[in-house]
Amino acid sequence: MSALVQLIDVAKRYGDAPALHPTNLSIEHGKTTVLIGPSGCGKSTLLRLIVGLVRPDDGQIIFDGAPIAPDKIDIFRRKIGYVIQEGGLFPHLTAQANVLLMARHLGKPETETALRLSELCELTRFSKNLLGRYPVELSGGQRQRVSLMRALMLSPELLLLDEPLGALDPLVRASLQRDLKEIFGRLKQTALLVTHDLAEAAYLGDEIVLMNEGRVVQQGSIVDLREKPANEFVSEFINAQRALVLT
Amino acid sequence: MKTSTHENCRESRRLPWDASSVPYRGIFVAAFLIYSTAIVHPQPIVVGSKKFTESYVLGEIAKRAVSDAGIAVEHRQGMGGTIILWEALKGGQIDIYPEYTGTITQEILKRTDQLTFEQIANELGKIGIGMTNPLGFNNTYAIVMRRDRAQQLGIRTISDLQKHPELKLGLTHEFLDRHDGWRPLATEYQLNTRNVVGIDHALGYAALKSGEIEVKDAYSTDAKIAEYDLVVLEDDHRFFPRYDAVFLFRFQLSTEAISTLRKLEGTIDEQKMTRLNAEAERTKNYARAASLYFEVNPTGDSANLTALSSQVSGPQLEESFGHRLFRWTSRHLELAGLSLLLSVLVGIPLGIFASRGGAIGHVILGFTGIVQTIPSLALLALLVPLPFFGISARTAIAALFLYGLLPIVRNTATGLQDIAQPIQDSAAALGLEAGARLRKIYLPIASRSILGGIKTSAVINVGTATLAALIGAGGLGEPILSGLNLNDHATILQGAIPAAILALLVQWFFDLLDRVLIPKGLRL
Repeated sequence: MSALVQLIDVAKRYGDAPALHPTNLSIEHGKTTVLIGPSGCGKSTLLRLIVGLVRPDDGQIIFDGAPIAPDKIDIFRRKIGYVIQEGGLFPHLTAQANVLLMARHLGKPETETALRLSELCELTRFSKNLLGRYPVELSGGQRQRVSLMRALMLSPELLLLDEPLGALDPLVRASLQRDLKEIFGRLKQTALLVTHDLAEAAYLGDEIVLMNEGRVVQQGSIVDLREKPANEFVSEFINAQRALVLT
Repeated sequence: MKTSTHENCRESRRLPWDASSVPYRGIFVAAFLIYSTAIVHPQPIVVGSKKFTESYVLGEIAKRAVSDAGIAVEHRQGMGGTIILWEALKGGQIDIYPEYTGTITQEILKRTDQLTFEQIANELGKIGIGMTNPLGFNNTYAIVMRRDRAQQLGIRTISDLQKHPELKLGLTHEFLDRHDGWRPLATEYQLNTRNVVGIDHALGYAALKSGEIEVKDAYSTDAKIAEYDLVVLEDDHRFFPRYDAVFLFRFQLSTEAISTLRKLEGTIDEQKMTRLNAEAERTKNYARAASLYFEVNPTGDSANLTALSSQVSGPQLEESFGHRLFRWTSRHLELAGLSLLLSVLVGIPLGIFASRGGAIGHVILGFTGIVQTIPSLALLALLVPLPFFGISARTAIAALFLYGLLPIVRNTATGLQDIAQPIQDSAAALGLEAGARLRKIYLPIASRSILGGIKTSAVINVGTATLAALIGAGGLGEPILSGLNLNDHATILQGAIPAAILALLVQWFFDLLDRVLIPKGLRL
């Protein structure tokens, strides 16, 4: 397996507070990597660094074997799909216009985009009848499905999801988790997902990266983390979440 | 806009309890003063004056005379035009003010026929208002030109104007609409001048000096006539009625105060009044100009009654009301519309720059904010002397444009800054270029705020455009100004009602525009 994204000694600080200590990380082709850890551990910052919403103070980010050129950031971003917690849908556009925005902007042929749109509707289980609705007219779960379609529209090489299910109620959340797993599998999509929920990480992730206070604490499968915790924090984090499930 | 208005605040009110350095004793002294004045004079006599130099000076003279007689008195300077002073006198807010017999006949008594001095006094007496005998000078209307220009064209009398219909006339709004003003004058002298604009009196002198206008109406005792070396064209048809200065007073005034006023009768001739006016305009100190009168006039002479002889105006060539209303309204819309268009074209880009914050943003918001704090009259006055502007619609549009900027700039900036961070992140992460992000995402989302700013500017502009009439730019301010000066409610309403309706229509139009321009997704 080769790495699609490689972080080499990437560091970021906000003012005096370090958000991310020098970090090395590889995201493998075709796998789902999950970043997990408590609030403020630097997992979202890491995601934002990759898509170029924040610039690293130090280190290098390699994408597909080449460093990201800051002057071509817009073109680079079109190879990435980005989904955030509240969806980030544009309120003045319908669901369909949100999904097709970039394709239309780039002048893709209508027939091609229409075909892709119906594929995505089927993939994300989003009813085509709802495509004409505005974001305020959709439920939270429906909005996340539209957001996912928008991210997948241009068949991105990398899909970034920043707590995409964080604001949903448990039932909707469980059904979307199942759908996400199926989508990742069908598309053989390289994905990097941020969550603070261990069960979600275990269910969706091929590779789990546990972070704390701006550092990667341990990387591996859920079994590795459970059986061979790297330190006290790892076992505490895992036990805390398991205790929660049991009670 | 008269040079004299900023003097209003010169006379600071000294209240007894100002003795704050010795608070305790001060309170006793103050209490005593209030108590004693309350017993002796329930209220001081109030002298009012109109908003031009001569009226201020006459008001000061009356104040000084009454106060020298040991009566408590105060002077409320420059309260406004005829309508305001007359209503205040009738209503008892003031007790005395200087007026002119011609104005009383035409504008207060609304008479077009000749009245003798006694007839005027009788008519006023029926309303409970008294009038002194003439003070001794006749401040009538005069038509003036620059001496060099008049000599060049060989103009000496008003009749001579017939031969020069191309001359540019700048006339005060009051003169334009008076029963003894421009229209009957033009009829009497058969003038067919085409270039006539309405302009504020003081600004008109500046325009005359710079040559932007060539003929102007004036008062015969204006100090500017000598200062600018102007010639008064001879009224060879004896058209203008007499404007003998008098004091009007309420009958309720004490006999002591009335007899003091009467001592002023016949003591000021034209030459003296012109000199006092010049002194007042030179020093901007009306009390000092008034004291000059007392230095050379230790005692009042006996009355020198001047008979009234007035040439009554001929038939008037009236433009129909509908036509005038159309002309005013279309001009008004032109002024407000053009300035609003400029504000939008400049304000939105400025707002976009300002939304990025930093030093430039602060400078932009600061500048537009400062412009907003300049009083509109002052802004007009500041623009008039600039080369490109002068007395024209351009100046009015420029001023309105500057006023309209702030709401648009600020609403554009805040509308853009208020866009939620996740939306901004999503737009950037999609890979849209900065320009496309602005066009396709940010501006549509901020559209409600931006349109709100434009709506505010539009309503402000429709209101403020009434001031354009002060510099001859026309619009619905024309009848409002004329009416204020003429003591004519009907004329004021001819401008005020359409202006109010226009503001409502603008509001309604923009509400409609909201439905078209704000994306549906933001209105759900």
